[in-house]
Amino acid sequence: MINMDKFGFFIQETRTIDFDQFDGRLLKYVLDHEPSFHACLSCGGCTATCSAGNLIEFNVRKMNLLIRRGETEGLENEINKCMLCGKCILVCPRGINIRNVIMLIKKGILIFGTEKKLRPDLTYNYYA
Amino acid sequence: MKTVVIIGAGVAGVEVASQLSELGYKVALIEKSSYIGGKVAKWDHLFPNLRPASDIINSMEEKIKTGNFSVMVNTEITGGKGENGIWQLLTNNGKNFEADAVVVASGFGLFKAEKKEEYGYGIYNNVITSVDLEEKFKKGKTIKMTNGKIPERIAFIHCVGSRDEKSGNHHCSKVCCITGVKQAIELRNQIPDAEIYCFYMDLRMYGKDFEELYRTAQEKYYIQFIRGRLSEASENIDESLLIKAEDTLSGRPLKMKVDLMILLIGMEPGKETTDLGRNFKLGFDNDGFIKPRDIHLQRNLSSQEGIFLAGTCTCPMTISDTIDNARSAVIEVNNYLKNK
Repeated sequence: MINMDKFGFFIQETRTIDFDQFDGRLLKYVLDHEPSFHACLSCGGCTATCSAGNLIEFNVRKMNLLIRRGETEGLENEINKCMLCGKCILVCPRGINIRNVIMLIKKGILIFGTEKKLRPDLTYNYYA
Repeated sequence: MKTVVIIGAGVAGVEVASQLSELGYKVALIEKSSYIGGKVAKWDHLFPNLRPASDIINSMEEKIKTGNFSVMVNTEITGGKGENGIWQLLTNNGKNFEADAVVVASGFGLFKAEKKEEYGYGIYNNVITSVDLEEKFKKGKTIKMTNGKIPERIAFIHCVGSRDEKSGNHHCSKVCCITGVKQAIELRNQIPDAEIYCFYMDLRMYGKDFEELYRTAQEKYYIQFIRGRLSEASENIDESLLIKAEDTLSGRPLKMKVDLMILLIGMEPGKETTDLGRNFKLGFDNDGFIKPRDIHLQRNLSSQEGIFLAGTCTCPMTISDTIDNARSAVIEVNNYLKNK
């Protein structure tokens, strides 16, 4: 809701995904341990079949995409919605072990936290 | 002996000339430029298997060497008319031709990237086209920024001058998606440390082994694909570029600094094809390419009797499709001439 008494004079945080603020620590951790994640097409098959996503606001595809964009804030609550049923693995057309991706994200959060930090040495410079 | 004149010594023209001369026709292959091979002559490696483009050129040269047909370069058709089934063709160098059948194989042109001003081609230093990049590959050049630095982040922009009403081209050029994937892989081989992104609207991996190359690009070469059309680019003080798009899969705007931007420019009819179409009153489709008589059943027939169409003068095609299309043109020409 826009605060009308101040309109035009308050600062709103940008929604823009800024690749120059890329925090790739979690992504690198996941990719190192589950390389099949490289092949994600963002088709949404996982989301369509997701047991949790059919009942509550939870989108596996989008969550995985945001990690690929270096956006990790708020991830902790999101990831706990997964029930680890593994149906997403069954439908994935690229054979990605999505459940393992989720478990790696959980582990990664324990290591790195979800507060975004700019680490230029760990941007999506996966080859370096 | 019946005579066939073929206009354009690219992939389609050489194939038609070679096959028709095998069938016993007197064939003249006319080329406007000073060399044979058309656009392929300037290409370095081909999708989907990254073989050298020179393989195709060598095969064409072999056909010319062993075939029984004449090739005339630096020769341009300037006019022509048909009467009683015979076509009189005028050329720029005074040598005129009489033909029982004419095959138009004049190929395509390239979208002029300058027209897409918001992308900054010709304005910013580190914006190049896929054709410029291929030329650098062919010359064996190291890919660098204009200030001599090796680019750390590179973006390929798909659909430049294709599927874009503002560019005047509604059509899909078909080959740019896979060209982008191929060139991204080649760049990765040359600059292992770079981040490489492809900005696409759809990835149309329709051909044999295209999807496999796309997957390889993701899995083995770590090419990143972002779904969203580039809105604009601007230049930073260090000559890098700030680009903006929507990440349509997350529904959020996205920006990044890139050191080098490669525009995957589309295929257009080209001046030669447009001029020939006008000269011979062949008629055009809405996309500007020459209109075949029937899009399913008579793709190699034009609206004029005795004038046939082969290759990319009718629509964008890959090299494989062009060769198939040229061979089907040969059948149509043969059917026409044997009953004439």
